[in-house]
Amino acid sequence: MENFWTTLLYAFISMFIIFNYGMVLGGVVYKIIARVHGRFGPPVWQPYINLVKVMGVRTAISHGIMFWLGPVFRFTGGIGLFLFMPVLFGVPWMQNFSFSGDLLLVIYFIFFGQLGMALGAAESGHPYSPMGIMRGLSQVTASEVPFALAVIALAAQHGTLSITEIVAAQQGGIANWNIVTNPVATLAGMMAFLGMMMHAPFNLHIAPQEIPIGPPTEYQSNFLSYMQANRAFFASAKLILFMNLFFGGATNIPVLVGKTFSLYMITVFIGVVNPRFTLENSIRWFIRIPTVTGIIAVLIYTF
Amino acid sequence: MTMIGEENKNEKKNFDTELFCDAVPKEVPRINGIIQKFYDWAQANSLWILAFGTGCGSIEMRPLYTARYDISRFGMAPRPTPRQSNLFIISGYASVKTLKRIVRSYEQMQNPKFVMGLGSCTVNGGMYWDSYNTINRLDHYIPVDTYVAGCMPRPEALIAGFEDLKKRIKEGRAEGANEYAKNFEWYKANQKKVIKDWDMPDYNW
Repeated sequence: MENFWTTLLYAFISMFIIFNYGMVLGGVVYKIIARVHGRFGPPVWQPYINLVKVMGVRTAISHGIMFWLGPVFRFTGGIGLFLFMPVLFGVPWMQNFSFSGDLLLVIYFIFFGQLGMALGAAESGHPYSPMGIMRGLSQVTASEVPFALAVIALAAQHGTLSITEIVAAQQGGIANWNIVTNPVATLAGMMAFLGMMMHAPFNLHIAPQEIPIGPPTEYQSNFLSYMQANRAFFASAKLILFMNLFFGGATNIPVLVGKTFSLYMITVFIGVVNPRFTLENSIRWFIRIPTVTGIIAVLIYTF
Repeated sequence: MTMIGEENKNEKKNFDTELFCDAVPKEVPRINGIIQKFYDWAQANSLWILAFGTGCGSIEMRPLYTARYDISRFGMAPRPTPRQSNLFIISGYASVKTLKRIVRSYEQMQNPKFVMGLGSCTVNGGMYWDSYNTINRLDHYIPVDTYVAGCMPRPEALIAGFEDLKKRIKEGRAEGANEYAKNFEWYKANQKKVIKDWDMPDYNW
């Protein structure tokens, strides 16, 4: 790191870009889901209006310190996940704070926000919040198993835990991407990806039709604005992570947008045509085919 | 932004009162100028409806969410929790038993909050005007911003009502929450007059 302040400035620029990308992506996804339902759907800038709306709410209710910190942890999880990942390969101002070994930290940050949110939502005292948390954490834990196995397989394949080096090894055409060189790990990772992106069939914990809205039942006003902003960061950060790990990363913004958008569409399309899994179903699903695929992926590199 | 419940935070409480606060609501004045106008615009274009069907009129709200009428075009969406919603549609007659739940739900919503009375029953009691257990005028119990008259009003009428409500919000005239805080005693007296088995705090948050 030559100059800390330059890196910080670059990080803020990339955060600004990715925040807006995430917001617009959310709007486009609302629109696509609506079109599949035969509706027109909200305008693509609706997430911005919703954000301003919740920021403009005049009163708020706090239930205690942990209730305050819950959305802050969630936001930290989203930003942390993003900031420790190289966004564009070979572009200095889009490297954020990536370093060798960042892959482990990134996996930790995926879970960090959920845990903080669990503590915060539990303090609200609303009986629906712990139920949502229980469902959310069980499902994320279940989907982390094949993801972790896929990551171990990738680390064994490339002999590194640095995302930048994994991306560097995939440069030079589709034949070098991990989806071609390590299809078993990619398969396990992409099945875990379905569980992480909070779309049907794996969105039981946040579905409004189930336990009302899950963990954020009691959250309102500015607390909610944190969560909405985090959703933009978190969704795009996870997309960038999977693009980096399995699909060769990106060297410029159009490629980044193309790849992450296509990746997101996989979950959205699977989501709109499938019914929602119950918790038992989704956990069983994750510990069968995806986990076995992940174990095979690891075994390939063990022997 | 005003934090509710902060003022009596230091009081010693038992477990039950830790989970709610019965401090009387306060008026939160509008900020003057362009920021308030911007917030008003955002409020008007992002109305989240509390998914609570109080009477037979709620049957007219279902088609609004589906392909034929699709109110998501206007940025509106149903929201399952009163904490996050800002529009409460009292759909049809409100029996005294339901009124209790209406009051609790209304009070849990956060400050800029809007109420729409759907159907003639909310205006003057409609066909239930001499019933022994329904209320006649909704705005004696909670402040109402817009009425959509009819029995039943069609979804088109509701959409027209939403347009009217949006206009009121943008003009800064939809200040039901502050009105409720200002005339709190009057509203509470009216509510207690009809709800005989009053077994809840005077104000839930």
